[in-house]
Amino acid sequence: MAIPLTINGIARSIDAPDDTPLLWVLRDELGMTGTKFGCGVGACGACTVQIDGEAMRSCQVTLADVWGAVTTIEGLGTPEAPHALQAAWVRHQVAQCGYCQSGQIMQAADLLSHTPNPTDDDIDQAMAGNLCRCGTYGRIRAAIHDAASVMQEEAQ
Amino acid sequence: MSRLGKVTRRAFLIGSAAVAGGVAFGVYAVTRPAENPLHPREGATLNPYLIIDAEGITVVTGRAEMGQGAQTTLAACLAEELDVDWDSVRLMHGPKAAAYYNGAMLEGVLPGPDYARPDWQRSLGETLGVIAKPLGVQVTGGSTSMRDGYERLRRAGASAREALKAVAADRLGVSMDRLSTESGAVVAPDGTRVPYAELAEAAAMIDAPQVEPRPRSEWRLLGTALPRPDMLAKVTGTAGFGVDTRLPGMKFASVRRSPRLGGAMTRYDPAPALAIAGVEQVIDIGDGVAVVARNTWAAMQGARAVICEWGEAPYPATSEGMTERLLAAFNDDPDSTMRDDGDADEAAGTVIEAEYRMPFLAHSTMEPMNATALFADGKLELWSPNQGPFVQARVAGEAIGIDGDDVSVNTTFMGGGFGRRIEADYAGIAAKVAHALPGTPVNVTWSREEDMTHDFYRPAAITRVRGAVVDGQAVLMDAQVSSPGLMAQAGGRMMGMGMMGADRSIVEGMFDQPYRIPNYRVRGYRADLDVPMGFWRSVGASHNGFAHESFIDELARAAGRDPMDFRLELVRPESATAAGVLEAVREMSGWDQLRAAGTGMGVALVWSFGTPVAQVIEVVQEGDAIRIARGWIACDPGIALDPGILQAQMEGAMIYGLSAAVHGQITFADGMVEQQNFPDYDALRMSGAPRIETRILQANPHLGGAGEPGTPPAAAALANALFSLTGERARTLPLEGQFRFVL
Repeated sequence: MAIPLTINGIARSIDAPDDTPLLWVLRDELGMTGTKFGCGVGACGACTVQIDGEAMRSCQVTLADVWGAVTTIEGLGTPEAPHALQAAWVRHQVAQCGYCQSGQIMQAADLLSHTPNPTDDDIDQAMAGNLCRCGTYGRIRAAIHDAASVMQEEAQ
Repeated sequence: MSRLGKVTRRAFLIGSAAVAGGVAFGVYAVTRPAENPLHPREGATLNPYLIIDAEGITVVTGRAEMGQGAQTTLAACLAEELDVDWDSVRLMHGPKAAAYYNGAMLEGVLPGPDYARPDWQRSLGETLGVIAKPLGVQVTGGSTSMRDGYERLRRAGASAREALKAVAADRLGVSMDRLSTESGAVVAPDGTRVPYAELAEAAAMIDAPQVEPRPRSEWRLLGTALPRPDMLAKVTGTAGFGVDTRLPGMKFASVRRSPRLGGAMTRYDPAPALAIAGVEQVIDIGDGVAVVARNTWAAMQGARAVICEWGEAPYPATSEGMTERLLAAFNDDPDSTMRDDGDADEAAGTVIEAEYRMPFLAHSTMEPMNATALFADGKLELWSPNQGPFVQARVAGEAIGIDGDDVSVNTTFMGGGFGRRIEADYAGIAAKVAHALPGTPVNVTWSREEDMTHDFYRPAAITRVRGAVVDGQAVLMDAQVSSPGLMAQAGGRMMGMGMMGADRSIVEGMFDQPYRIPNYRVRGYRADLDVPMGFWRSVGASHNGFAHESFIDELARAAGRDPMDFRLELVRPESATAAGVLEAVREMSGWDQLRAAGTGMGVALVWSFGTPVAQVIEVVQEGDAIRIARGWIACDPGIALDPGILQAQMEGAMIYGLSAAVHGQITFADGMVEQQNFPDYDALRMSGAPRIETRILQANPHLGGAGEPGTPPAAAALANALFSLTGERARTLPLEGQFRFVL
């Protein structure tokens, strides 16, 4: 039986086994490949999306259990109209291979939504679940600070 | 869709290749260019490196993007000469083709240490490199992309610029020397601008003039931190990694192979897998099964559900048994004696001895192994995140009994490489699955568990060192390294033939370090251990850097000397370049300043892949755990072609080395790898990684590598800092077995 989902503001109907993780619904059933598969056990953060604005590991949420509106990296911003975080990532030239960065950015968006002016410690704690094997942590931290100040200026 | 794909489609649509898709220039100066791989069927092009169209230029490098940024800096080399705006430059890997041979790969086989290599030998290396062309050595690895491409891409740009000017001169009736170039156009003395796109087709038809690249004093792009053209795609989820390949009618698959590596599958029962919703087919791939399904999740569930029985592994069943093999090799004749200065058997002064043990390591790229394949009409097409398309084609072809020439390779972005994707095992598996489903493309993606338990691991090693000090000076260092090495095994997979002779990988990073010690010997011993092993970021220097630099620290302590002073005295007479990076980290880290109690500092220096790198690590006691608080890096690659990318590579490489030093070990029980996923094989997270500062020196007379040289010093700098803090010497990796870290 098809299950209704709202993804990036668009209502969808998903006809897949209801124990399929949201990650694979996005990637394989819908072809939305911006959300990445890293570990399948919630240990690396590459698959992070937001559900009702909260960062979640999409490999750990089954299709039947999705409780709210889903936002993925494609919904946060686009190459033509990047989100403040994505723009900051470009300014700081954060990505190396780039594979983990969708998840890093979705996690950072959650952080800034409830901590608009985070300290280094706030950032380190919020981002500790997101692994980057290229070691881009220093630039991620700088980009989050930068995006935070841009977003605060825009909010005023 | 890749740039090449777009060009192809447009070329088909409009039917006139040169005008429609753009024009490329064949310009390699030494010989006529190898056959143009950007053939009209594949695009509107004539040559390997450059396509010009109305939107700007595309630089085709033949080098893959795994995070290291080589495509960006190679493109900057070409754009520097061609006078185009950086924001009009696009990047493309391009097809597998002899034109993209890597002439720097074979420098690594030359005898002797890099830091002392005479110029005549370097030119010999370049000559050897030409051999790579007929061999089809198109590899992104060995920290060679700039050493190989720096001259070639600048000459390609300069030559194309002159060809465009020649056509413009003819067209405008103005002599060439009165024309200039800027922002993608030829400019006449009267200000008339002719865009390159209008000249490109004609320019491609003439013999391109060969000119010298510009002097460094005229550079506008090189030497600056350029924005990477791949950045926006990577932060918006629109970059196409291998695992993201989606084709019409495509199926998804996953694998389960013998956990005893090299062992057989003796029996399997697919029934439980076929009972899972979404599973369509179970395919016997020899040493395991592939499960085809409607999505990757169902395929992975199916692969787990297949009932399999496995044969024995061709190596000892446990890590303890493997350690015995490593120790036994010390009783054999040495495989190599690549350094033997003075007389190492003459021991005098205060003698110390130490034994270091380094485990097998996994690459653990963020993107698990995967490839997509389509078999149709006797030919195979691959979409593969890879570091060597010829190896991919050969291995995939062999897997299904077709010639490598009948395999085309689309090289995607890689979610990390680190040497893992020089191998092509995953392409061979995808070929087998596709062969069983003719006409249907199949994306074969491994689970993290399959990836971690079926790697080509960094070889384990045990290293014994004896040394002596007299009057505060080192007089002896005598190292014996036992390791399986990897050249015989990996050489066979890369080239189709095993490499004979002494295995340099066992002792590199140990025999070739820029220290002057009067009695200095390095011997390698090849242990008999047939575990799959491969090239792990910095290869042999990864474990030898740890043992060498830990022991230098032990010598300094035995001599009662400051480890920085002690090193500098040994290094200065051997290499001013190497001494320069040590002096830089000394100053950057405030090495000579008094530290607060509960703080420890450690230093290490390793010269690898043409670049000396010195690192200082500061550790701080926090309660009952130790924080890896700060890191300082000084490197000297000769020319800082892109200081932003270099800094990223150096810092990332340090974190990669620290991650392995703290957490990394692959162990075996019952012939199977015990670590399955990140909880068992973790890496540093943001909260446990040091704040790092990097300085790039430019005194090295030769261009060095960037991707790997930052890894080897990291473990030793950390271990030396831990000794400074705790008085405990770490001689076994990983360090989490001995110390508790703030992570």
